[in-house]
Amino acid sequence: MGTITVDGRQIEFTNEKNVLSIIQKAGIDLPTLCYHKDLPAFGACRLCTVEDDRGRTFAACSEEPRDGMVIKTTSPKLLKYRRMIIELLLASHDRECTTCDESGSCTLQKLAHRYGVTNVRFANTRERREIDSSSPSIVRDPNKCVLCGNCVRVCDEIQGIGALGFSFRGTDATVLPAFDRPIAETTCVNCGQCRVACPTGAITIHTSMDQVWDAVADPDTRVVAQIAPAVRVAIGDAFGMKIGQDVIGRIVTALKRMGFDEVYDTIFSADMTILEESAEFLERVKSGGTLPLLTSCCPAWVKLITDQYKDFIPNISTCRSPQGMMSAAVKEYYRDPERAAGKKTVMVSFMPCTAKKYEAKRPNSFTNGEQDTDIVITSTELIRMIQNYGLDFAGLEPQKADDPFGYGSGGGVIFGVTGGVTEAVIRRLMPDETPETLKMIAESGVRGLDGIKEFTVPYNGIDVKICVASGLANARKVLDSVRAGEKEYHLIEVMACRGGCVMGGGQPVHNGIYLTAERTEGIYEADEASEVKKPDANKPLLSLYDTFLGGKEHHLLHNEFY
Amino acid sequence: MLDQSYYTKTDEIIERYGKKASSLIPIMQDIQEVYRYLPGELLEYVAGQIGIKEAKAYSVATFYENFSFEEKGKYIIKVCDGTACHVRKSTPILETMFKELGLSKKKHTTDDMMFTVEMVSCLGACGLAPTMMVNEEVHPKMSPEKAIDLIQELRGENR
Repeated sequence: MGTITVDGRQIEFTNEKNVLSIIQKAGIDLPTLCYHKDLPAFGACRLCTVEDDRGRTFAACSEEPRDGMVIKTTSPKLLKYRRMIIELLLASHDRECTTCDESGSCTLQKLAHRYGVTNVRFANTRERREIDSSSPSIVRDPNKCVLCGNCVRVCDEIQGIGALGFSFRGTDATVLPAFDRPIAETTCVNCGQCRVACPTGAITIHTSMDQVWDAVADPDTRVVAQIAPAVRVAIGDAFGMKIGQDVIGRIVTALKRMGFDEVYDTIFSADMTILEESAEFLERVKSGGTLPLLTSCCPAWVKLITDQYKDFIPNISTCRSPQGMMSAAVKEYYRDPERAAGKKTVMVSFMPCTAKKYEAKRPNSFTNGEQDTDIVITSTELIRMIQNYGLDFAGLEPQKADDPFGYGSGGGVIFGVTGGVTEAVIRRLMPDETPETLKMIAESGVRGLDGIKEFTVPYNGIDVKICVASGLANARKVLDSVRAGEKEYHLIEVMACRGGCVMGGGQPVHNGIYLTAERTEGIYEADEASEVKKPDANKPLLSLYDTFLGGKEHHLLHNEFY
Repeated sequence: MLDQSYYTKTDEIIERYGKKASSLIPIMQDIQEVYRYLPGELLEYVAGQIGIKEAKAYSVATFYENFSFEEKGKYIIKVCDGTACHVRKSTPILETMFKELGLSKKKHTTDDMMFTVEMVSCLGACGLAPTMMVNEEVHPKMSPEKAIDLIQELRGENR
């Protein structure tokens, strides 16, 4: 509690942990590379250095606020320091900015511009390192690393994976996986949160855009798209629209204009997931099967279990993810020679997620030994594809996704946020969908951004104990407590990324600004606007179950983990 | 793959310090004491046993010059390049030794596994600068010529 003077203005503070957050509260955008809202202050980049009334300089992120402090955030001395820090960072940085994937959204580039660093006087003496593109999800380029440590800390402290670490020391220091192994050969779960936290182009998305353009250009190929729930709320703002606005209709139009033959909506297969997963859940409860049931939608979470929690493998739901169900169903649909009409079908999946690229290649997600999802494109790449095509996205006339896989319930839409899968399953289990029931479910404890949410829902005389977690370090805590016998649940939902898929590793990043709240709101608004709230009322889906899906559910919609 | 005996030995060492994160450095030191280097497989094993991430263990092991993932020669020659030794011309000694043995800053050990040459920061014998150590034995007031004599002497012992 107290007051500090920031550039002559009195700013009150209460329980802020450091001077930086008070300066930010005062509306001053102090430069930082290594400050992350969910992590303890690190003090690596020194860019937030400020000066007090005695001329003492210190990093604002690492200084405890004291009542009566007098702070200057900008002075000739501080500007000189900041420019020097940026110049030194640039000196050991691969400055091929024009051909860098992050150009335009790179924090370092923006800071250099903002502080007018126009000349770098020092030569780069760092040894050039190989670019690691072993992972289907991310590409690591250590030559662009500024050693801020964000990726190392996010991977270890938020995701509990620790695939990356600082190696060597001094001028040789480099961020590497253990033993400089390719990242694909480590415990990396492909979540892409390192890429989200990276202020430069040192970690970027492993892109597959050109494969899509090739497929679209081939007249003998039927190019089919599916669009995940979280994508629709993450790309509008890149085209001047409201942050978090649901732009699914425009995405459909944009893809049609690019030459996609069919555009489907992953909320359709999310509805399938709800039907399959709630049936599986009830079956396990009734027959005394393995519990808790662990959701299987998130490939990063699934990889954590199959790599490091093998004793929980039987707990994983056999349901494929919505991406997998859609791809398997669509491929099966066009296996019919009449529907195929002599064309081969390529499934392009638009996802908020880098791990989906890995999931598509995971052999147990295949049908009859064939890869169902051919290409996975993240939201960030989708924005670039729209830009490639030169479309005025905001001005596009929205249109509906195609039949028969284009229609879904609000329950399918909310898969994009933490708790969404669970909420949709509870909706399915409840006998009605009156506004009162929906409200009761929404307020059961399933919503909100807490990393671990526990609550109980009464169903058929039993109290169903549920845990919803996001962020894999939280997931680890939950599994450890179940393993130790301290906790008991019927159902555990985990999304690897904090906040759920809306904050996925493939979503556009905004220089350390996290748009969790806006995107989450966009998803719930889309749910409210949806015609039906649960898959039981999705007529196209039910009729598909009655016709071509009948009897093939297990073959197409489930897989085993081992 | 390392022989099972390596893991048995490592288990003994881990037992000595307890399965906790803070035991990492003493465990690594003891492993290196036994094998004269730190086999990567054992570091992985230790990380798993004491409950730290492999990348973290690798991070600690590479931070300290003293830990080596490479098997070392019969004679480990440490050439001091602390301030006192440096000003008394330790660099030519190192270069002469590299040349004589066909080594470099990247290649520390001869193919016959006889010699490993390393540059170290300070051996703590500044009064005897420039100083060298061959295994546990200190060689004071070295020169390039004396270094070559020493290597020939060591080679002679192994004829």
